[in-house]
Amino acid sequence: MTADFFLSLLAATVQSGTPILFATLGEIITERSGVLNLGVEGIMMIGALAGFLVARETGQPATGFFIGGVCGALLASIHGGICLGLQGNQVVSGLALTILGFSLAEYLGTPFIGQTAPGFFAVPVPLLSRIPWVGPVFFRQDLLVYLSYLLPPILWWLLSHTSWGLSLRAVGENPDAAKAAGLSVAGYRWAGIGLGGFFVGLGGAYLSLAYTHLWTNNLSAGRGWIAVALVIFAFWRPMRAVAGAYLFGGVMAFQLRLQAMGTNLPSSLLLMLPYVLTVLVLVLSMRGKKRGEAPAALGINFEPLD
Amino acid sequence: MKKIFFWMACAVLTVFVAGAGAEEMKVGFVYVSPVGDAGWSYAHDQGRLSVEALDGVSTSFVESVPEGPDSERIIRNMARKGFDLIFATSYGYMDSMAKVAKEFPGTIFMHCSGFKTAQNMGNYFGRMYQARFLAGMTAGAMSRSNTLGYVAAFPIPEVIRGINAFTLGARAVNPEATVRVVWTKTWYDPATEKEAAKSLLDVGADVIAQHQDSPSPQEAAQERGAYSVGYNSDMSAFAPKAHLTASIWNWGPFYVRTVEQVRSGTWESGSWWPGLKEGLVDLAPFGPMVPENLKTLVLERKSRIENGQAPVFSGPIADQKGNLRIAEGETPSDEALLGMTWFVKGVIGSTQ
Repeated sequence: MTADFFLSLLAATVQSGTPILFATLGEIITERSGVLNLGVEGIMMIGALAGFLVARETGQPATGFFIGGVCGALLASIHGGICLGLQGNQVVSGLALTILGFSLAEYLGTPFIGQTAPGFFAVPVPLLSRIPWVGPVFFRQDLLVYLSYLLPPILWWLLSHTSWGLSLRAVGENPDAAKAAGLSVAGYRWAGIGLGGFFVGLGGAYLSLAYTHLWTNNLSAGRGWIAVALVIFAFWRPMRAVAGAYLFGGVMAFQLRLQAMGTNLPSSLLLMLPYVLTVLVLVLSMRGKKRGEAPAALGINFEPLD
Repeated sequence: MKKIFFWMACAVLTVFVAGAGAEEMKVGFVYVSPVGDAGWSYAHDQGRLSVEALDGVSTSFVESVPEGPDSERIIRNMARKGFDLIFATSYGYMDSMAKVAKEFPGTIFMHCSGFKTAQNMGNYFGRMYQARFLAGMTAGAMSRSNTLGYVAAFPIPEVIRGINAFTLGARAVNPEATVRVVWTKTWYDPATEKEAAKSLLDVGADVIAQHQDSPSPQEAAQERGAYSVGYNSDMSAFAPKAHLTASIWNWGPFYVRTVEQVRSGTWESGSWWPGLKEGLVDLAPFGPMVPENLKTLVLERKSRIENGQAPVFSGPIADQKGNLRIAEGETPSDEALLGMTWFVKGVIGSTQ
């Protein structure tokens, strides 16, 4: 194993981790407001399709990427309508959203299967990309990857150091107290669902616009579910989500490279690795003392008294 | 969970049934994936269009039909609607089709890539390994690093046979060439398949071949300035700078002939395994980077495969460990080819 091999493995790690990172960050925001949205997989698919179609029609990948996020937020707002408007069960609504998003993307996207759209390609950052080790891994990526470097610190600052973030977390921890303090519980939860859906949609759009540049059914291939698990691994903290997403992306990239190097391990065993890791990570993060990290009101509807 | 999605997809997809006259012959096609994928089902659908062009024949198809019980329902539905001839184009439809064939003795059933036959059910496939051998020759000659990468689908005889033929072709022109194999365990997952191609490029492969339906390995090769060999159909549109050639399917003539036989009443059940000679498999046009003398060499070998002078698998052929598997002067039977589960010398990877 040469240095080049490791560098290319790490660079692939960052790229495979990026769509998962977007989705994990989105779900963290939603869950911090006290709403559990299991529709991540479906929202990613809709984001991927919308991003692809808009980029294809307009020839502008950036517009496509943004619209991918907007459509993600729109789909997520169905969840908001059910859970906040009608006090529906969050688990059931989220699962329904996954199936709806998946099937809708499949139905609307079938005529476009195998077609390509203009997308994002690697743009080395001047100077930074020349730094040994760090440059080839982090700074010879596409623009969306650079965007994903900025998001976790911004979200961390937003959640931890602004009054808006404090209010959002308060609504997720103790909605009754938040209401008593004069906060609009439904308002903040709508914001959490919308903003979260937007980032999840961006993760989906990353898949079709930067990862493959072409459309196919089931593009997300389970990455949304991994994001849901990584939220727990990250203890609902944006900065830890980076570690989780790259760990997972790394294992996915590594197992393929292990095969390419000519190991004689059965490929079925290697393909299992990312999922073994998911289970392991969940077990380990639950064993620690951090069980109480979850927003206390997560998944519980808040019924305002009139 | 996946099942539910497929059911919903099936509900959404509609069977196209032309308003056929009583004397018009109706031919149905069942596909495992969407037709727009430039891959396996796309190639079959091109064949269907040749049938559709015939006078007095109408065709219809159902795409994205999952293997198993769903396919049985779809095939039975077609038979019940009075289709005269039904083609099912995935291995996993075999048992379903055999079951329905018993219930509808007046309908002719044709199953692709399986082995079951009945009075009114035949099976067919193509000797894709012949075209893969030629693609391997092209790839082996164009490689500078002598390392070829193969993005492989599932470790089943069909795929293993293709990798072996590709390797034999590459080593026929470049004895130093080795073929590295990465299994994705997918038929169509562009993200994973692209990543697999990249991982092969990272270990020094400079020509990428593939078995899956998505063109993303081609794209990966082009992005790195490497070469690629496509599969199913001409994939040059996806990677014009990388695409050397492709091993492709050409189902049209076979489908037209079968339809004519059924219409004239001369069809008899059997197993068909045509290849280069019959034109069922072929090589896509070469890219501009392939030199003339190499084209001549490959096409010369093509005609010798076609006339039977130089079969793809002819001994001595050793396996990965160097044990002689096919003795000098021997050619394996079709049964041995159909059940091939070992890699030839020169392949780096595991068949598990």
